[in-house]
Amino acid sequence: MAEPAPHSWEDDIFDALKKAGVSQIPYVPDAGHSHLIRRVHSDPDMTPIVLTTEEEGIASSCGAWLGGKKSVLLMQSSGVGNCVNMLSLVTNCNFPFVTIVSMRGEYGEFNSWQVPMARATPTSFEMMGIEVMRCNSPDEVGPTVDSALYAAFASEQRIAILLSQRLIGRKDW
Amino acid sequence: MSQKITIERRAAVEQLLKDRGDKLVVCGLGSSTYDVFAAGDHHANFYLWGAMGGALMIGLGLAIAEPDRQVMVITGDGEALMGIGAFATVAAQKPGNLSIVVLDNEHFGETGMQKSHTSHGVDLAEIAKGCGFLSSQTIYNYDDLNAFNNLTNDSTGPRLAVVKITSDNPPRALPNVDGIYIKTRLRQWLGHNPC
Repeated sequence: MAEPAPHSWEDDIFDALKKAGVSQIPYVPDAGHSHLIRRVHSDPDMTPIVLTTEEEGIASSCGAWLGGKKSVLLMQSSGVGNCVNMLSLVTNCNFPFVTIVSMRGEYGEFNSWQVPMARATPTSFEMMGIEVMRCNSPDEVGPTVDSALYAAFASEQRIAILLSQRLIGRKDW
Repeated sequence: MSQKITIERRAAVEQLLKDRGDKLVVCGLGSSTYDVFAAGDHHANFYLWGAMGGALMIGLGLAIAEPDRQVMVITGDGEALMGIGAFATVAAQKPGNLSIVVLDNEHFGETGMQKSHTSHGVDLAEIAKGCGFLSSQTIYNYDDLNAFNNLTNDSTGPRLAVVKITSDNPPRALPNVDGIYIKTRLRQWLGHNPC
């Protein structure tokens, strides 16, 4: 293994997932999640599930819960619109649901194509009955993820955590 | 090469489930849900009334969560087509305990029998094969259906069967529509407490 990197907010997410016993991680990749996805792949107790589109991970997360397992969906804001219809499964059946969304298109974004979905991200979740929490600074991430996982899996709540682009950093082009 | 279609959907699902043991069953919205309910209500059934395109992925999450049990997804061609990306996602995971049955009448039965893509030549079994399913076939008769079903107790999946069915529309058989109830009773049947 290479020289150990300093503990980051991404490691805080991983630690919170481990502490909560989350075992299935469906994802559509994003650079903002890349470190976390690598850690999930290297953990023998976690099953990473690479998706072709984000709504697949909503359905698989519900299936996991039917079987008594916990699942958290990773995606970037550009994919949130893909989820809207499938979120009816979560809301109608009162499934626990946590997704961690890396934001693009909201802070120093060069690629303007990312902007419309970024602006619509909180509304898209809220209109489907999903609570939205946002992390702007590194020290907020761990406690926010921890509290969301607790609320979701202890009492079947539905939460989307948005990781601000200010937190992740601008993408250099 | 087209073959004569003789399999009727209700009889097919009844055959698939009559000796189901403790198999977990996820069924796609519309006729597939009615067929599974008509074959006999069971706490291990998860009936979908919506979430079109989600049946395979619910089955995948459940199959990974319950590796020591067999999971069967029973859905229609329209529902499978809407979630076609899940063929790739399931194949990439290779869950040995997952069987998928696509009841293919080549039409959208619930909405007025419009022709679906499979009536225009789209071959779902070939798509599954291309994605890497260990076994994938199209079934035209009850003997082959029976042979397929006998495999669904082995952990040699994922396997997929496209079952070509006649396009008759039997009367609806409606399971409980309350998704919270259906979810909770399946979890309880598996020994998981409600929250």
